[in-house]
Amino acid sequence: MASHGGTPSAFARLDRIDRRWIFLAMFVAVAAPILWVGVTGKTFPEAPTPAVQGAFDAVESLPSGARVLVSMDFDPASAGELQPMATAIVRHCVLRGHSICAMTLWPAGGPIIDGTMQDVLGDRPDWTYGERWVNLGYRAGFEGVMKQMNSRVSLAYATDVRQTPLAEIPMLKGITGIADFDLLVSISAGYAGAKEWVQYSVSPTLTGAKPLKFVAGSTGVQTPQLIPYYPNQMAGILGAIKGAAEYEYLVNEAVLKADPAAVVPPRFQEAQRRMAPQLFGHVLMVALIVLGNVVFFGLRGRESRA
Amino acid sequence: MSQFQGTPGSPVDPAVARRANRLMIAVLAVVAALLVVRAWVGTEVGSGADAQVVHGYGMVFVEAKGAGHVQVPAAEWAKAVAADPAQQRVTVSGPRTVGVWAAALMTLAVLSFLWRDNPVYKLAESVVVGVSAGYVMSTAVWSSLVDQVFGKLAPGFTKAYLSPGLTTTEADWWALVPLGLGMLLLCRLSARLSWVGMFPLAFVVGVFSGWRFVQYVESDLLAQVATMFDPLYVTGPTAAATVGGTLCAVLVLVGVLSVLAYFFFSLEHKGPVGGAARVGIWYLMITFGASFGFTVMGRIALLAARCEFLFDDWLWLIDPAGKH
Repeated sequence: MASHGGTPSAFARLDRIDRRWIFLAMFVAVAAPILWVGVTGKTFPEAPTPAVQGAFDAVESLPSGARVLVSMDFDPASAGELQPMATAIVRHCVLRGHSICAMTLWPAGGPIIDGTMQDVLGDRPDWTYGERWVNLGYRAGFEGVMKQMNSRVSLAYATDVRQTPLAEIPMLKGITGIADFDLLVSISAGYAGAKEWVQYSVSPTLTGAKPLKFVAGSTGVQTPQLIPYYPNQMAGILGAIKGAAEYEYLVNEAVLKADPAAVVPPRFQEAQRRMAPQLFGHVLMVALIVLGNVVFFGLRGRESRA
Repeated sequence: MSQFQGTPGSPVDPAVARRANRLMIAVLAVVAALLVVRAWVGTEVGSGADAQVVHGYGMVFVEAKGAGHVQVPAAEWAKAVAADPAQQRVTVSGPRTVGVWAAALMTLAVLSFLWRDNPVYKLAESVVVGVSAGYVMSTAVWSSLVDQVFGKLAPGFTKAYLSPGLTTTEADWWALVPLGLGMLLLCRLSARLSWVGMFPLAFVVGVFSGWRFVQYVESDLLAQVATMFDPLYVTGPTAAATVGGTLCAVLVLVGVLSVLAYFFFSLEHKGPVGGAARVGIWYLMITFGASFGFTVMGRIALLAARCEFLFDDWLWLIDPAGKH
């Protein structure tokens, strides 16, 4: 599209802009806030949404010593989004004195469990393996594993990752089926994950004597699929990095409320640190959408006038 | 020499592409030069009298503890060296440092696709696919074949040589059924016998269809329909919560009915049905927009995580988690 004299108009030049400038702009919009937060250490305050508050309350309301099954159904490809929420939920459980049984339905989820537990329990030598937490590891079978665990956990997992039979693990004494856990948490990046947990393990218990309480953490892509299950089929949901930041904020606030002199380690503020790049990235995205529409309608107006 | 036939000034115009390439290479060269200068100047770790200067990026320090090594901040190394320059308790971990550099270079290799498709990106892509496939296959063999098949058919052998925690002592010959079905699946590789592989496939499709049908009806149909019978007037702890909750309940009901009207094709979309269908379209558009927004948030989160890794673990430009 050329304007008078054959020189391309501003609209035409913007219409043909090399897309790599947009990539560069997005990189700057994300990188600059990371550097700013990294240097200043400042994070934005969060206002928890009801779904995140529901997840927090589900963990908070359990009596100390409750047994929580945490299924970390994701791999390193989604760790940027989901690792902060996995760390926050496990840390919250530990702070509340709950025992944790970790598992994964994703083949690459094993090292994720190891890393998360190391992060949270690294400075908690009192949190002994087998008594306060256990790692069941990965089991192939997706929904098949869930169906087996509904009736008997030992059908799916004969042993934990350390090859100890489940019957010999003190933390799992009295656990037969999945409904014997006090809370089920799924940090999920897709199939098999939170949606399948709702369908195969949670929904069948809703009309029974002891409904299984369920909390999900999910990627941004998956969150819209899970929202219809809240609040009747799940107590709370952590949607994407924003949900993780809100949850982190709630846990850290609870720590500071209990002990105003406490110092929150920076490794437990990972999601909150990521909200600044989110803000600038979204502002750029909105600006580009508006600009794209202005260019489109501008060019169309010129065409109709011509 | 070929003549460019497209619109002059477009990104595919070779002249425009050359100019853009030169400019972007210049930007990258300046960034690289700044990093080299910074590496030459070095980074101070530790504080006060313990301060030491470290050259280079991506170094990982470990401390010998028990039988292994645990990662420690570089400041711990500075403190140990200040106390005893010949100490070997806190050292640079070669393998972990190589790991950080490999992860950083792989990240850059993948991001280089934004510039254009290139051999470095292809290499990174192939490595990711190959490593992922190998890892998944290895874990699946141990989780499925060893535990679920060998452990049931030959528990003594499996316990002695493969899985010491196995509790089963007697053979479970029912495991021959999935083993046989699995073997039949391999017939798909033969053109002459591929029809035999249809039987295990039919079994798998049948079982999963049954499971999914029941569970979808229970959790995605009945439970969701039950939600529609919740009261429209929602009481909350405050007047604002009551108004907000009630408004949400009404919006959900209107949304469900209007979207159902849009997908109801037995009546022509005219009059009240047409109006409801138009409202349904708005609901669908808003839903797609929300999904797009969530997707953007997810992608930015992934980019932010890689940027933080590059700036923190590799380049040591920032230290938000106190790693060095």
